[in-house]
Amino acid sequence: MLQNRILAVENLFAGYGETEILHDINIEVAGHEIVSIIGPNGAGKSTVMKAILGILNINRGSIFLESKQITGVKPSDVVKLGVGYVPQTDNVFVSLTVQENLEMGAWTLRSGLEKKFDEMYTLFPDLSDKRFQAAGQLSGGQRQMVAMAKALMLDAKILLLDEPTAGLSPKFRHEIFSTIQRINESGMPILMVEQNAKQALQISHRGYVLVDGSNRHTGTGTGLSSDPEVARMFLGSRGSV
Amino acid sequence: MWESFGFEFINFYFIPGLVLGCIYALGAIGITLTFGILRFANFSHGEIMMTSSYLTWEFIMIFTSLGILAHPLIGAIPASICAILLALFVDRFFYKPFRNAPTIMIVIASFGMMLIIRSMVQVIWGPNQLTFVKGIAKPNEYIRDLTASFDFMLLIPNKHFSILIGTVLIMLLFNYLLSSTKIGKGMRAVSDNPDLAKVSGIDVENIIKATWIVGGFCAAAAGVFLAMDTQFIESTMGFRMLLPMFAAAILGGIGRPFGAVAGGLIIGLAEELSAYPWFGDGPVISPGYKSGVAFSIMVLMLIIKPSGLFKGKVF
Repeated sequence: MLQNRILAVENLFAGYGETEILHDINIEVAGHEIVSIIGPNGAGKSTVMKAILGILNINRGSIFLESKQITGVKPSDVVKLGVGYVPQTDNVFVSLTVQENLEMGAWTLRSGLEKKFDEMYTLFPDLSDKRFQAAGQLSGGQRQMVAMAKALMLDAKILLLDEPTAGLSPKFRHEIFSTIQRINESGMPILMVEQNAKQALQISHRGYVLVDGSNRHTGTGTGLSSDPEVARMFLGSRGSV
Repeated sequence: MWESFGFEFINFYFIPGLVLGCIYALGAIGITLTFGILRFANFSHGEIMMTSSYLTWEFIMIFTSLGILAHPLIGAIPASICAILLALFVDRFFYKPFRNAPTIMIVIASFGMMLIIRSMVQVIWGPNQLTFVKGIAKPNEYIRDLTASFDFMLLIPNKHFSILIGTVLIMLLFNYLLSSTKIGKGMRAVSDNPDLAKVSGIDVENIIKATWIVGGFCAAAAGVFLAMDTQFIESTMGFRMLLPMFAAAILGGIGRPFGAVAGGLIIGLAEELSAYPWFGDGPVISPGYKSGVAFSIMVLMLIIKPSGLFKGKVF
């Protein structure tokens, strides 16, 4: 077991209704880490996220947030317990302003809303002068920042990112990855699912490779990206999947 | 100009159209909110309207028997509270069990609820029309004399004046709720993206309750305003309003409350103005076909621009 463990998925079997997608998944995230889950399409990467959030059926296994079991807890409560989640698509309220989006992320926050706004605008300076603009009018990269800021509003213990760079241009992709590093350096553990495996592993402390809903490889970010088998399977000759 | 055209047009077509439009607008707010937040077409919405007008009538009777001469708007206060409680009760016991079921089930449930509520009203108050306000509504003398001195005579009965002012006040309150309160912003968020709302930690069940409270209140206001306007109440009055209210919600864009308001005003005006003798002496469209006008607008809108005037949802 990792020291200072924040999130743990242990021997998880889960899926949608009758269909089991995840078989015996084990994942751990420690307090200071960026951890990436990579793997081919249909490997069940996003499904792991949804299982942690309590969106789908868990057949066996358990999920812990720090020492607390959160297996089978409903999504809104998982969020309240300190799991910030950024879905892959449709992750902002398009008709609400940037600031209203942040406010929605802080639904259960009793006080100190203004202080939180300031924190987020410091962390995401691009959003500061867009705060009264509708989130739907922002570019893809900026929306992604709104979504992350929204997820961080509730003093999250860990941030879950589902393909944060999907559909973004290389320039924005780079920006998002450096933002993720910045968030992590401020003390936030991050678990992310990524298609851009090479770049994701470069900034990750550790990574998990999933194939067909099972753990295939585990290792450090640099270790995995230099592993010949992983490179052959997922990273491809051009360096990205 | 005013003598030959304006006087008749404004007083006998435009103002009544505006009043009808206000009533549709208030009703359509509830329909579009339930559609946006709970994702179903609520057929029982008109019955909440109708029930609240009966309750208002009952409260006026109670006040009168106590020797207090009460205006319908006074009776409307306790009646709207009862209407809100009814909406919350219906949701808790008849819609909540279907929350995760296919939409068609909850639509059918609301259709059943429509029949149940109407039958209950008929059991309690009887199936016949009741007189809501007696007498002929005379134009407000002050407004008439004031405007006449500018050669611009307006004949607005007090009841129409109350309905117009009341609607404007409710709209201002509603705008404040949606743009400046946490619960209002939450309602917009859930309407925008319910799945994201759940994983953002928003308490969706509380938002749903707030939706019924707001929708129920607006329906109660619409019901009482309609009864004040027509001066009688009957158990089918809610159902008669349902189609134009749906048309208003669709015209404005599903899930867009201010679209519903605009839609309501347009439908109300279109219905009244279609009876104006634009060409020749007779009405362009016989007043008997008024509801056909609302229906035509709805169908045209669905064909040309299904998302409505204000970019609502398309299902």
